[in-house]
Amino acid sequence: MSFALSQYIPLGTKVPFVQMRFIAFGVSAVAIVVSMAAYLMLGLNFGIDFRGGSQLQIETQGPANLTKIRTIVSDLNLGDVQVQHFGSDSIVRIRIERQAGEGTEGANAQQAAITTVKKALDANIEGVTYRATSVISPKVSGELVNAGIYAVVGALICMLIYIWFRFEWQFSVGAVVALAHDVILTIGMFSISRLEFNLSIIAAILTIVGYSMNDTVVVYDRIRENLRKYKRMSLIDVLNLSINETLSRTTITSLTTLLALLSLFFLGGEVLRGFSFAMIWGVVVGTYSSIFVAAPILLILGVNRGEFEE
Amino acid sequence: MLHFSKLKQAILWLIVLAGLLFALPNVLPEKIRGGADVQGSMPSFLPYKTVNLGLDLQGGTHLLYEVDVQSVKQAKLEAAADDARQFLRSEKPIIPATGFKINGDTVTFRLARPAQMEEALKRIKPINTVDQALSLTGGSKPPFVIESDPLSGKITLTLTKEALDKEIRDAVARSIEVIRQRIDELGTREPTIQRKGDDRIIVEVPGKSDPERIKELVGQTAKMTFHMLDTSVTIGEARAGRIPPGAKLVEGSNPSEPYVLIRRRPLVDGEDLVDSKPSFNQSGQPAVSFRFNGKGARRFGKATAENVGRRFAIVLDDRVISAPVINSPILGGSGIIEGGFTTESANDLSILLRAGALPAKLTVLDQGTVGAELGADSIRAGAIALIIGFVAVVIFMVLVYGMLGLISDAALIANVLLMMGALSALQATLTLPGIAGIILTIGMAVDANVLIFGRVREEYRNGKTPMNAIETGYAKARSTILDANITTLIAAVLLLQFGSGPVKGFGVTLAIGIITSVFTAFVFSRLLTSYWLFKTKPKTLPI
Repeated sequence: MSFALSQYIPLGTKVPFVQMRFIAFGVSAVAIVVSMAAYLMLGLNFGIDFRGGSQLQIETQGPANLTKIRTIVSDLNLGDVQVQHFGSDSIVRIRIERQAGEGTEGANAQQAAITTVKKALDANIEGVTYRATSVISPKVSGELVNAGIYAVVGALICMLIYIWFRFEWQFSVGAVVALAHDVILTIGMFSISRLEFNLSIIAAILTIVGYSMNDTVVVYDRIRENLRKYKRMSLIDVLNLSINETLSRTTITSLTTLLALLSLFFLGGEVLRGFSFAMIWGVVVGTYSSIFVAAPILLILGVNRGEFEE
Repeated sequence: MLHFSKLKQAILWLIVLAGLLFALPNVLPEKIRGGADVQGSMPSFLPYKTVNLGLDLQGGTHLLYEVDVQSVKQAKLEAAADDARQFLRSEKPIIPATGFKINGDTVTFRLARPAQMEEALKRIKPINTVDQALSLTGGSKPPFVIESDPLSGKITLTLTKEALDKEIRDAVARSIEVIRQRIDELGTREPTIQRKGDDRIIVEVPGKSDPERIKELVGQTAKMTFHMLDTSVTIGEARAGRIPPGAKLVEGSNPSEPYVLIRRRPLVDGEDLVDSKPSFNQSGQPAVSFRFNGKGARRFGKATAENVGRRFAIVLDDRVISAPVINSPILGGSGIIEGGFTTESANDLSILLRAGALPAKLTVLDQGTVGAELGADSIRAGAIALIIGFVAVVIFMVLVYGMLGLISDAALIANVLLMMGALSALQATLTLPGIAGIILTIGMAVDANVLIFGRVREEYRNGKTPMNAIETGYAKARSTILDANITTLIAAVLLLQFGSGPVKGFGVTLAIGIITSVFTAFVFSRLLTSYWLFKTKPKTLPI
């Protein structure tokens, strides 16, 4: 087999990525400000695992009548109710707001709410079946929020330390700034798009952190190598050279990962759609940040080149 | 780096073969692979375990219960107050004490004659003896700190933090036993009932199950007690607040008698029940029959003999089930409860009585049910996404890297085998996000090969021979591959730490996938590359 597209991928490109840093920093700064503003003003559309409440997935015989279902459930006076199709005409997802009450009382209120809803649906919709139900008490949802924050912050700190050990402090600062950039943009995207932010999105964010770090480390490894190899080359040239040398790898890996994720997004079912969407976004943003944020930051922080004497 | 000794080659192939063997049962019907209690047609030394499917894939119900710490504490303090009262009256002269009060972690009361303090303290000492036989979790420190004020005659018993923690641990352990017995009665397969944290219990019931029914069966305390009725005041007076000391107003069993006043101290309680069955009374109505142990039978016999003509109440969780008149002493230690049961409720009550009472109230914190249909849909969607994603990546790699792409595809197949094998062997739970983790791993696993081939390409374009280029490519990419994968592994491990249920499944597959992919993409693919190089000795590299 002598055919391979890689033969046509240019080697030794000389794209002046680092020179574009001002544009890139500007774009990133705007994106970060927009994300934070969106988060502060709109908040996130939290799923029930983060705010408590209940959720049902029901299947009706024939196409579901959303208006009717909405009326049935709203008449129960359980507060805000969301009713929407979920991947098919006959499948409907109903989300019931968290019921008032703290602690045990709150937990029991959530349980009572879903029992009431099921009774009302059973009585009014013939042949309704329950594909899934889930009830989360405010106590558990509060804990999940904290656990999610700890996990993401913990991941950032662990990576900061790892990169510090393997490289120099400037690299670990650059890498973590790039990661924080990715996390903020992902949260901003969820805030603006109003997509449901649930436990699986935290999993996606952690994976994005891992993936983006992976990309950054590959570029950094090459920078370190080139700093040793070309002792007289200016830092900006070393950075550009390193980014260009790893460019084909960065692109190809992003493509294979995106192929897998697109398959998951389109074919993996409704439950995983939010997760795969977050991941697709994260791969794109993470790849961008490795090239345009993590590397140019080294120029700002400076690198002590004496450290790289063998 | 391209030379592999015979031994090394054998080890590498054995690892891949092991992955295959452990992954294989997942695609074999049970008839062939065999199961825990099914004899398969393949040799029994071969692995037969399949991947454990999470509840979101096989359908089922999970419930997270919390033991009500407050009620555990309250029960312990009430028992201490009761005991103290008993001990003070146990011998003559009786030491009168009043003002029993429970407040926070303490029980306080006052001796009528402070001069009796020394004797009183001696008598209540047994409160601090720990019955080792009853303790499930060990520990023998005195549970109460006893303080006394000789002037006013006030005695304070303070429950220590350790004693309370131990009570909670015991309550959780006993609850787990009781829940297991109750769920087993449902006849579902392989329920999981586990402690989580200090005061929580996870119940997982796979398969088709009605969450409401499980909740009904598990959530009831089911504390059954037999009490004499208190007739010293009328119900009207009692409801107006004039409840005599030692009596208690509870909900009645029928509308004609909405409240019943009972003596607080039970004649006998459910702990003395040894058996209970659904049955029918003389008129053919569903009822529940029960039998006491020797101690219970004696006490019940004595009490009924002394109270012929009066009424007693059978109370379940502070509600009267029935309050019959004692026509004659009940000496045999068995009887039936009639209380307007349906066949099902009679059956449920007998299950609850057989399993015993929960030591404390349980609250559902978190409940999820996935129907078998949704589970099957998820598996189907996950499998399709997996296959298409896999095929897309495989084709992509061949298009981009030609022959070398084919090698990395072979490594990718080995990777999927190893992942499935590891999941089966470790009996890790595969959830829907777990499948997402496998798909994602497929996309990211080729990264190591992409890194290597990128290096090979550079070396080759710089004029090295194919052999040399590949050799150097692998060597130079090594540290990058390790760094890159360790950082991803850090993220995966954090997912494992915090994840609950399905998300944890994602962390598991991601972590396993990272480890197997370093092996397949860096080591195994190198072995395959060396075979290809030594066999065909290519003059040029299509890269």
